[in-house]
Amino acid sequence: MNFALVSVVLALIWVMITANTSELNLLLGWLIGLAALWFIRDRIVAPRFFEKLRRIMGLTLLFFYELTLSAFRVAILVITPNMKKHLKPGIIAFPLKAKSDSEITLLANLITLTPGTLSVDVSRNREVLYIHALSVDDKEELIKSIAKGFEKKIIEVFA
Amino acid sequence: MIVQILQYIAGGLILIGSLFSLLAAVGILRLPDLYTRMHAVSKAGTMGAGLMFIAIAVVSFEGAVILRALAGFVFLFLTMPVSAHLLARSSLMAGYKPSSMTDIKDLDVNELEE
Repeated sequence: MNFALVSVVLALIWVMITANTSELNLLLGWLIGLAALWFIRDRIVAPRFFEKLRRIMGLTLLFFYELTLSAFRVAILVITPNMKKHLKPGIIAFPLKAKSDSEITLLANLITLTPGTLSVDVSRNREVLYIHALSVDDKEELIKSIAKGFEKKIIEVFA
Repeated sequence: MIVQILQYIAGGLILIGSLFSLLAAVGILRLPDLYTRMHAVSKAGTMGAGLMFIAIAVVSFEGAVILRALAGFVFLFLTMPVSAHLLARSSLMAGYKPSSMTDIKDLDVNELEE
């Protein structure tokens, strides 16, 4: 049974019985439908849905946290008087574990919006992602933090 | 009462958002090359515009407007990294070299797709 589909159907039923077609009511119906499905999650064989939803939420939260952090960092860097001293830009090669197109796209987008990194290109054989970094202090450390953070979470979501 | 509180929150968000947009512009002026400039635009710029969208959603008190503001917010965050990536990639392809202080040892130009 497809939980995503069922939750949408439940939302539509909610809209029908409440006779209110506003978007907010549809959203409310969907949330109530999700809650109802959550209560019976063990009785129905579709165990991965909530796990997946939790992982997607986790990824979204991580993303907004990193974005806020990176916006602050860039803003502070830009107004420091001797900015050039703190700049140590470099292009690093990140070995990709993610293989599918959508995984690589998502990873590249997330990298662009996180502190100090900007994805530039993917190599022809799709094994390396070239990343431009604002200040490269420790390449290995940077590669490790991306592989353990975003890449791991993305692979989990798509798995 | 609640309306006033929300209005103050929205005002604050717009103020912070425009501050980020200003700093993104300062970044374009001060950073050395296109690649580093894209950092300022894609991060501080997105943040600035995103905060203004949220401010609109907070004060509108209307379902349709809130949904549209949130949709704008989402699309902004989907498209901004793509355009930053495209600009950086095409200038690399066109042979625009990063500033002299950039470490490009790892970059293998032959590996890039045409």
